[in-house]
Amino acid sequence: MSEAIRVEHLAYEYPGVEDTPGVAVFKDLSLSLEQGSFVAVLGGNGCGKSTLAKHFNSILLPCGGKVYVYGIDSANEDRLIQIRRSVGMVFQNPDNQIVANVVEEDVAFGPENLGIAAPEIRNRVDKALRQVDMYDYREHAPHLLSGGQKQRIAIAGVIAMEPKCIVLDEPTAMLDPKGRREVMDTILRLNREKGITVVLITHHMEEAAQAQRVIVLHKGEVALDGCPEQVFSQIEKLHAIGLAAPETAELCYALNKEGFSLPLDKLDIDSCADAILKSI
Amino acid sequence: MLKDITLGQYFPGTSFIHRLDPRTKLLVLIVYIVALFVAKTWVSYLVCLAFLALCIAISTISLKSIFRGLKPLVFILVFTGVLNIFLTDGETVLVKWWIITITLEGVVRAVYMIVRIMMLVSATFLLTYTTSPISLTDGLESLLSPLKKLHFPVHELAMMMCIALRFIPTLIEETDKIMSAQRSRGADFESGKLMERVRALIPILVPLFIGAFRRADELATAMECRCYHGGEGRTKMKLLRYKRRDYLAFLAGIILLATIITLRCFGW
Repeated sequence: MSEAIRVEHLAYEYPGVEDTPGVAVFKDLSLSLEQGSFVAVLGGNGCGKSTLAKHFNSILLPCGGKVYVYGIDSANEDRLIQIRRSVGMVFQNPDNQIVANVVEEDVAFGPENLGIAAPEIRNRVDKALRQVDMYDYREHAPHLLSGGQKQRIAIAGVIAMEPKCIVLDEPTAMLDPKGRREVMDTILRLNREKGITVVLITHHMEEAAQAQRVIVLHKGEVALDGCPEQVFSQIEKLHAIGLAAPETAELCYALNKEGFSLPLDKLDIDSCADAILKSI
Repeated sequence: MLKDITLGQYFPGTSFIHRLDPRTKLLVLIVYIVALFVAKTWVSYLVCLAFLALCIAISTISLKSIFRGLKPLVFILVFTGVLNIFLTDGETVLVKWWIITITLEGVVRAVYMIVRIMMLVSATFLLTYTTSPISLTDGLESLLSPLKKLHFPVHELAMMMCIALRFIPTLIEETDKIMSAQRSRGADFESGKLMERVRALIPILVPLFIGAFRRADELATAMECRCYHGGEGRTKMKLLRYKRRDYLAFLAGIILLATIITLRCFGW
């Protein structure tokens, strides 16, 4: 498979203001993301998750090392638009990323910036709204929608630019369980059906468990990296850096402490229940 | 309480007036205002009024909503009326007492003035009632676009208006939230003298402004992520195009202006 994003020896430091020294986030970080994959990025507060995400579409530029987005150096200013149209980004607060006061106008914002002809924009907007299941709301005002709906509008705004990769920075953090499920279903569908590379930054282990690959960041370095089963079965390591595994793995871990010998890689409820049932 | 605030109120509809191009509506409004200022006698006023009444009738906007819009203007209307009554010199004196003189000319002029302001404002309301804010902004941007050659930031201005309109409800919601938070900690916004009440607003305004700046920062990043790079090379999903009904509306506007000017030439 081809490579979507490659990070080589990335170093980044937030500049200090006046006398205060800057804050170093990354010293030497390298990783590579495959096209079409669904990657979850985990980590405690201040571990550099969002900072890393902002390097994926040139919002931040590396202080040292390189970031390649579909083979293009992210520091290449001439191809900034090309980078940003191939890597879309969705943020935590849906209110602060919706530009227009009509849903369809907002979804059209990205394609309009790309200078696409009017009928083609119409096409893309309708398609994007159908993909996130919000077509019926196209003429509504965004502030009257629920959080999950607003976040899906934000996602539609990104996919209307037809990106190859979407980076979502804690898109469900401000949503209720229903909105969270709506957004997760949309993300999973886009990844499976459209083959869009998804980078999901999250605090919810259950969401991360649905990814193909989980990267755990700690103090600006990759602490764990692998498929969810591999990562979440290393519960002690996760606990050491202040994170938890999904509840199913935590349950098995706690039972193992009491003398059971359960596998820790059963991440969905049914297979976990089966494993427990077998061992009784 | 803050939920009641409506700015740029718009009543969606499908009437002839609703479907007109926003540019047409803006231009015809300007023509109407010029006609209103050229009008000098009651005959020409009646012609303007007939034109306005026709527009309101076609738009299916109820007269009640138009009058509701006029309500906040009562003070200005009364003020203008009083000023005109007392400050107009004339020959037919109606009342003369101490330094106050009221003349027939003054009264007539005051009535004309009030009627003119009411007709002017009603027409503007008709525009905002029948045009969605976003198409109004689009219309303005398109009408002002010749000024781009003079380096006037037309696109930026339209973008700012659009974003401002988008964030009004969000900021009102936030104000409500901050007020509830302060109230739950014992803040009092309803009682006290004027100065005390004004002072009580400071703890609302400070977090509101900080929040607005934070929002602006995040919105700017989000817009950059969506390839926003100014108005250059930007296209529009909804293109404005003049249709037959727009030419019809222009024709009506021109007939109105021509009639008023002709009437004035003949001393009416």
